[in-house]
Amino acid sequence: MKKLLLATAATSLVASGALADNHASDVKFGVLLGFTGPIESLTPMMGDSAELALAEINDSGNFLEGVTLSAVRGDTTCVDAAAATAAAEQLLSDGAVAIVGAACSGASTAVLANVAMPNGVPMISPSSTSPALSTAEDNGLFFRTAPSDARQGEVLAQVLSDKGVSSVAVTYTNNDYGKGFSDAFAASFESMGGSITTTVPHEDGKGDYSAEVGALASAGGEALVVLGYADQGGKGVIQSSLDSGAFDTFVMGDGMYADSLLADLGGDMDGSYGTVPWSEGEGADAFKAITEAAGINGESSFTRESYDAAALLALAAMKGGAATSEAIAANVMDVANAPGEPILPGELGKALEILADGGDVDYVGATNVELVGPGEAAGSYREYVIEGAGYETVTFR
Amino acid sequence: MIDVLNAIVALLNYVIIPATAYGSQLALGALGVTLIYGILRFSNFAHGDTMAFGTMATILITWVLQAMGVTFGVLPTALLALPFGIVITALMVLGTDRVVYSYYRRVKAKPIVLVMASIGVMFVLNGIVRLIIGPGDQRFTDGERFIFNARDFKEWSGLAEGMAFKTTQGITIVTAALVVAALFWFLNRTRTGKSMRAYSDNEDLALLSGINPERVVMITWIIVAALATIAGTLYGLDKSFKPFTYFQLLLPIFASAIVGGLGSPLGAIAGGFIIAFSEVFVTYAWKKVVTYLVPEPLEPSGLLQLLGTDYKFAVSFAILVIVLLFRPTGLFKGKSV
Repeated sequence: MKKLLLATAATSLVASGALADNHASDVKFGVLLGFTGPIESLTPMMGDSAELALAEINDSGNFLEGVTLSAVRGDTTCVDAAAATAAAEQLLSDGAVAIVGAACSGASTAVLANVAMPNGVPMISPSSTSPALSTAEDNGLFFRTAPSDARQGEVLAQVLSDKGVSSVAVTYTNNDYGKGFSDAFAASFESMGGSITTTVPHEDGKGDYSAEVGALASAGGEALVVLGYADQGGKGVIQSSLDSGAFDTFVMGDGMYADSLLADLGGDMDGSYGTVPWSEGEGADAFKAITEAAGINGESSFTRESYDAAALLALAAMKGGAATSEAIAANVMDVANAPGEPILPGELGKALEILADGGDVDYVGATNVELVGPGEAAGSYREYVIEGAGYETVTFR
Repeated sequence: MIDVLNAIVALLNYVIIPATAYGSQLALGALGVTLIYGILRFSNFAHGDTMAFGTMATILITWVLQAMGVTFGVLPTALLALPFGIVITALMVLGTDRVVYSYYRRVKAKPIVLVMASIGVMFVLNGIVRLIIGPGDQRFTDGERFIFNARDFKEWSGLAEGMAFKTTQGITIVTAALVVAALFWFLNRTRTGKSMRAYSDNEDLALLSGINPERVVMITWIIVAALATIAGTLYGLDKSFKPFTYFQLLLPIFASAIVGGLGSPLGAIAGGFIIAFSEVFVTYAWKKVVTYLVPEPLEPSGLLQLLGTDYKFAVSFAILVIVLLFRPTGLFKGKSV
């Protein structure tokens, strides 16, 4: 018995020694996404994309004196705040110094308040768009590469204002997304001098929207702003409005952008317009090239944002000269924004070299990263108009 | 004078026409529920999904017909497919009856047991429909979309308000009227219909007078399958087909049947229209109509909306609760719940 105890003690000593060695050369980032739950169909590709950025850093061999990065995954379940918190705590006890995540806004809020802030760990969410996260207390630890819906509200209001539309009726899907989006839009539009005749929420999954359309039509307006989902109530409201002749022009948020909507209502919707978050240009093309080379599906939603989140964490660590939570948190904004050499996906090795030589980088990434305000993506939006039952790009904002 | 016409047109366009079409669909659904309740003596929770199944069958046949190049002129092809859909649905419900309900009838199970069994059937149908046609939206309307649309109406009448009347709304109202007339003729004038009513009124007496219960049950199921398929298809034509929406229809349908009086066909129809009209009336913003009717200085500044549209389901349930409290047998003296 004694011998056995001795042996175990000795082994564990050796083991912990080995672990300690390991720590010096291997740094862990948490990849904390809703791998099960409502968005489980998106998160595998998001995780792969984040890990692709880390692999690229490691392959370059330029990161902090031969330190390598590795990812540990955690599952927030998206809907359960307690599960998200527990998963984040597990990541920290596994040694993660920074977190890519969480994916869902609710999970991000919980992890930020319960784990990231008490432990001083920075997190970059690739897909939480709730406006509430802009004002959440974060001690400078929370960033996101996805734009806030508050931003889209502003952009949409600007589109209307540029077109000279001064009065609209608004309908939104009755959930956090729709409500937040609608509030943000109303605030911006009214500050630009527009007036909102009425705001009517609609429930998804109902068949009959004549009551909602009746109320909207009675209030009137030059156009109907629809902040819902293209395969849910948003479409029902538009169809019912078209049928009764209540509105001819519809202004749509990102949830309404879908080819299926045009396939069904196409011709009747000519002249309607809207906005949708969009990445285009060199960054998006470069990302497509490297994901194809790596055999990863990079076309899925929020994969670009995930890659950018992981890349930003690594570049921030490089800039700070140490792979620690403090160094990363302090430098994320610095590497994300100008001035500096623009960095595209696939050029992370080059970025590391520049940083090692004391230079400056402006990470462009797959989504034209530009962090504004409380550390969130400004987001680029595509303004589109429907012509001949198809989407035509007007401009990017 | 023009203002009064404008007010009437606005009211017709946004309240009367949609509510009448919706009411017809609810009435057909409620008739099915009420027949099952009256004759088989249980609340059939699978009715919404029977409607979904029937509509699905009709849609599949419609696609086949469309692929073969068969159309129905200005009317939707789905009307041609409807009889096939009814046959398929009738076979399905007869099969369910054989496999599930006939056992419980034989052992004389309490109605609540049958209700629970119907919830099981509901879940199974739910799954089958999604497996076959998927959980998403399906559109299968074709033919002429409008009898007249808002823009044409404005030009024709010279009024400020437009009015639209969709083909599907017209078909819904006409079909519902025809089906109801046929059903009442069947129940009141034919031998089989009379035996069904006898069975519903007093099972034992009906058995003594030589009515074959299995035959009554079979005919009831076939009629219910036809009603469900017609109601579902009309609803799908008018709006769109999505399995989940049909599941949600169950609530207003039951509300209609209970308000009218469970077991009373006339009550089911009245209930359907009461629920549909109250949902739209109470949540309608009356500003537009009132503005046309009152002199300018009295024009309302608010929307004149009694309740937000979020509360439209609350309206039907408030009516349901009031009816149950003060007249538990429903407006038309159905069986007490």
